[in-house]
Amino acid sequence: MSLVFKPEETFRGDYSYRNSDAAILRFPFPFPEDRYMYSVNIEPHVRSGPTDAFCRPFDIDEHYIAECRDRALTLELDPGRCQVLPHMMAAQWDTLELLMENLAADYPEQFSLTKEGDVFGSRWTWINRPLGIEQHFIFGDPDTLPCEPFEYITRQAQGDFAICDQREDNLYLDAGMITSQADWSLAFNVGMNFMEWHGPVPLAHQAGVFERALKYLLMLRLGQPVRRLNWTMSINPRLDTSPESYPEWGPDRASVTVENAGGKVHLRVELQTLWRLPRSNAILFPIRCFLISIEELARVPKWGKRLYRVLSSLPPELAEYKGLTRYLPATLAWLAPLDDGAQLATGIGPDITELAPL
Amino acid sequence: MIGDTLELIVVAVDDIASSLRHVRLAAADGGPLPPAAAGANIQLRLQGAARTWRNAYSLISPPGRRDAYEIIVRRVPESRGGSAFVHEVLKPGDRLVASWPSNLFAPQRTARHHLMIAGGIGITPFLSYVADFAHSGASHALHVCCRESETGTFAPWLQACGELHHYWDADGHRLDIPALLARQPAGTHLYVCGPAALNDEVIQAAANAGWPASHVHCEHFGAALSGGTPFTAFLSRSGIEVEVGESESLLEAIERVGAAAPCLCRGGACGVCVTRVLEGEPEHRDHYLGAAEREGGELIMPCVSRARSTRLVLDL
Repeated sequence: MSLVFKPEETFRGDYSYRNSDAAILRFPFPFPEDRYMYSVNIEPHVRSGPTDAFCRPFDIDEHYIAECRDRALTLELDPGRCQVLPHMMAAQWDTLELLMENLAADYPEQFSLTKEGDVFGSRWTWINRPLGIEQHFIFGDPDTLPCEPFEYITRQAQGDFAICDQREDNLYLDAGMITSQADWSLAFNVGMNFMEWHGPVPLAHQAGVFERALKYLLMLRLGQPVRRLNWTMSINPRLDTSPESYPEWGPDRASVTVENAGGKVHLRVELQTLWRLPRSNAILFPIRCFLISIEELARVPKWGKRLYRVLSSLPPELAEYKGLTRYLPATLAWLAPLDDGAQLATGIGPDITELAPL
Repeated sequence: MIGDTLELIVVAVDDIASSLRHVRLAAADGGPLPPAAAGANIQLRLQGAARTWRNAYSLISPPGRRDAYEIIVRRVPESRGGSAFVHEVLKPGDRLVASWPSNLFAPQRTARHHLMIAGGIGITPFLSYVADFAHSGASHALHVCCRESETGTFAPWLQACGELHHYWDADGHRLDIPALLARQPAGTHLYVCGPAALNDEVIQAAANAGWPASHVHCEHFGAALSGGTPFTAFLSRSGIEVEVGESESLLEAIERVGAAAPCLCRGGACGVCVTRVLEGEPEHRDHYLGAAEREGGELIMPCVSRARSTRLVLDL
């Protein structure tokens, strides 16, 4: 896949972020059916999937440079978006190794990793061409990097990252790089266990979803990562929709009209993967966020119709929890004319290979 | 780093004591192996003349080592035969299929002090613990119960051990477990790996002394997650009878004969492969079915569960 980056686009201020036709067609649309409800929708994270966004362990796309810059801006304003508890150093190195190895293997034009050995104490050289970085360091020695290894490598990756320590038959959120979150706070959640940080989610607890998911994750095996999709909506293509910055983006929810919904309302999809880490036995939880305006999304006819059907049948508790209530009517009014009632194929693929010209 | 089986080649075998064989394994393709954590094990598929064994062995190589895996196998006369195979048949150049490393006995990274008690060959997981703690600087002590003649056997792997004690069966040399536990600082995590009698004694002593269960860890070598006694499954809708072998899951057997079986997680959690049982008694190993559903005996998760009866009839 050739990558043409769009380094100037922004996720704040003038919000110049847009998706190319190719980026639209590879979008991980999250709805295989016309209705949505929570489930343990976990499947093996293999090198294939319904769109191209699923096909690599750690996905990079045309927004890579702009997203890394937006993360740096957020961290400058609030360094607390990256936190690592002291017992997580082995997991930090595990994360750095996993990301560097996979990025270098999947995107050899952009990244390269040269090692003099695999064990702690070996000299490694990392080259990141899109960001203009060449780093010589000693694997296992944090003093040879400009910052700790987890922060170092996640500043050079798209999406948020959390690491869960496994102990007492539970998972503890003991590290995170969280700058593109769907309205949750790392500073609030750091150190919490799996049941604690999922506490606010409505409806799913009654279905026993979290007990099953936790038991499953405790048995997650090295070499067999899994993935799931989660979704919400955002007004404007904004990565940093955190509680800490709510005054900057919350009021935008009141700005949506039927006329402007197509460009303002964005579907926000998280391709979440889970990886057993080799040295620390912790679990890495990358949360890769994809944003698309409903206007862009509707260029895939199946997706526009299906989004209307899902949103118009969404349980009110879910709409409230995801923060959609205020602008849902305008969004539905914008989408409604697209739905001709035709039967849609099950599955999330776009079912077309080219978009009709604008 | 995605995969589930490894092709390994035996690089070296050395007898480090009369009943202990050290085996060094590398990737058959010469490439790097997946890194592994302290306490990890691999399952080796040992292909004998008449049958195949799947035995799990702790990795004793330092955590993160990717050029080779090392294991130590004690010859157990009454074993199922896998250890005898390693001692009598396995030689350099042989190829083996192994699982990726897995870990049911990882050290607790929040511990202020790690107290390890080993019995006999149960020392093997602690050889990688010691290497891990030596690198991280974590406070630790290893107490080894063994034969007097074997106190030096593992010395090559214990040079970096911070505090090391040996005990054997003679007056003045036995381990006083309650006394050892009583002098530990708060925040200590206790790990035990040895014969069942030692494990039980240590766990009981810790409970008697008021240790929280969350701070007491015992290595229990798991059998294969999905394997067990062979049985027969009859798929009533497709009219196919399939023999489920001891080292394959029911789901794998169903897939082998080409019957359609929807599945997702393959770990007993997602519920997608739930199947109606028409006859026979399931042995439930999943996390999905509730207690009432289990007792009802009308549903099974074929990705992990098996049969108590010799035959299951499934609505597939």
